[in-house]
Amino acid sequence: MNQLIDAKNITLDPDELVRKDRIATPMYTSSELFEKEQEKIFRKTWVWVAHASEVPDKGSFKLSKVGLEPVIVVRDRKSNIHVMVNRCRHRASTVCEIHKGKTSSFQCPYHGWGYGLDGSLRALPYPEQYGDDFDKSQHGLLKLRTESYQGMIFATFNEDIEPLEEFLGAAKKWIDLFMKQGGGFPVKTLGEHQFAVPMNWKVQLENTTDAYHFPIVHKSFIQSLDEEAEETFSFLDGEGFVEDLGNGHSVMVMIPELVDLEEDLDRKIPERFEALAQKLRNENYPEDQVRRIVRAVGGSGFNLNLFPNVACSMAFFRVLTPAAVDKTEIRHIAIGMEGGPEAANQMRMRLHEHFQGPMGFGSPDDAEVWERIQRGVDGGPELPILVNRGIEKEVPGEAGPRGHVSDETGMRAAYAMWKRMMQE
Amino acid sequence: MNKTDTDNQLWQVTQFLWNEAALLDARQYDAWLDLWQPEGLYIIPIEDAEDYAEVLNLCYDDDKMRRDRIKRFQEGFSISSAPAAVTVRTLSRFVIDVVDGDSVVVSCGQHLVEDKFGRQRLWAANVRYTLQSTDSGFKIQEKVVRLLNSDGVLNSFSYLH
Repeated sequence: MNQLIDAKNITLDPDELVRKDRIATPMYTSSELFEKEQEKIFRKTWVWVAHASEVPDKGSFKLSKVGLEPVIVVRDRKSNIHVMVNRCRHRASTVCEIHKGKTSSFQCPYHGWGYGLDGSLRALPYPEQYGDDFDKSQHGLLKLRTESYQGMIFATFNEDIEPLEEFLGAAKKWIDLFMKQGGGFPVKTLGEHQFAVPMNWKVQLENTTDAYHFPIVHKSFIQSLDEEAEETFSFLDGEGFVEDLGNGHSVMVMIPELVDLEEDLDRKIPERFEALAQKLRNENYPEDQVRRIVRAVGGSGFNLNLFPNVACSMAFFRVLTPAAVDKTEIRHIAIGMEGGPEAANQMRMRLHEHFQGPMGFGSPDDAEVWERIQRGVDGGPELPILVNRGIEKEVPGEAGPRGHVSDETGMRAAYAMWKRMMQE
Repeated sequence: MNKTDTDNQLWQVTQFLWNEAALLDARQYDAWLDLWQPEGLYIIPIEDAEDYAEVLNLCYDDDKMRRDRIKRFQEGFSISSAPAAVTVRTLSRFVIDVVDGDSVVVSCGQHLVEDKFGRQRLWAANVRYTLQSTDSGFKIQEKVVRLLNSDGVLNSFSYLH
């Protein structure tokens, strides 16, 4: 455990960078490694790009990223979703710079090449000069393989990868549970907070499965809650756990009684949700539906961490986008109920603002600590970064090793996958 | 109102807002809280909306959230506020949009520079205030800060805009 890493002869061999109980400093600092990760991870696996409700109608689109590469997510006239690289096949200009919207086509601003919603090249000015054997069908926007699960849209450059559902594997059950936050309505996104932090992307990947920091970093958030909610968020003493779900995914259960939001609905409604419950009763929602909606508004009691870039984090989607070895962009996407009561969705948004984003009572403190990590690794490159918490005490869980809620089991799961992919 | 009255009102409004800006830069938050009407709303939107209650914002603070936010800044448990970034802000380009009885709606431009970790960041915003004239001077009924890049990738804030 106190063994140092040979800093002078440090290599980028995944075997040396990632051990079972520790990782080496270049994991956060090496630009060369960062480039390899783009090639071996972000170009090779399923990467989350959008939620279906962000492209609700025919012609709806939004811009996203797969690793460093800009992509367009779009719904075509037949409601099929396409993900394609935002780059004209002629001379490489982006064909879209609007963050989200609706369109019938994409046109390159440089020479006017026009593409359909499915990425196919439709028309170009003065085509005669390209000769008779110019094949438009070979010059569509570069498309990625695209699959969805429960409205979560993933894309990949890897044509040979296993189907998305196989990749998600044991995580699917937890996605199903997470979507119960629709409270009987379909889940829809309600907007997002975006912020960049000077840190390596893996610091964020780790954090979603780190309950150990919560009472320390988020003390000021916890203190802003009423007593009952404070009790709910004091979960390190509870029955929670972290479980390795395979393929780098993991789940961290913080509040076991909020795993299945439809269970035990007769339980007392927490005081901070009582006003909402009364409002819904006044709107003539039957009592069982009131309880289901109110429970859903409070959010799930777990974080599902999906390798490499998305998490279903209690009550929102957390998406990370690597920008450079020491810069990562984070999006906290709020979710609510499509067609659900306005009062319920408004409370979801107020709760999201309370913790998340650049002015939340939680995220700025996370961001500060993450930046401090990136500043800290400038010193002592021979020192390991420990991910050994609880390693001796793990027991077999449903899908893989399971540890105490505050253990680093989820980080070990992610780094095992990282190593596997970097060695392929 | 004749020109002298209008100039006088603009001057009073300007004095009030410069004082508010100075309090925020000096992090004199208790004095800042006293500038508010209890039912006032402090809003930093992400996108324009008719009613900001119906959309996700960066912050949508009523009296309780404002007080909780200030408490968080002051108690010393928030690592991002201990110490917070230091700021210098300038408000200018004041335009009185509406005068209705005791209520004045005023818009201005704001440049704010923050400094922390030896790094400075610049934030520009259009700010719109609704001020209420009371026996103890102006009180803020609403403050809406529209950051130029509010729907883009931001950084976290350990101070108020």
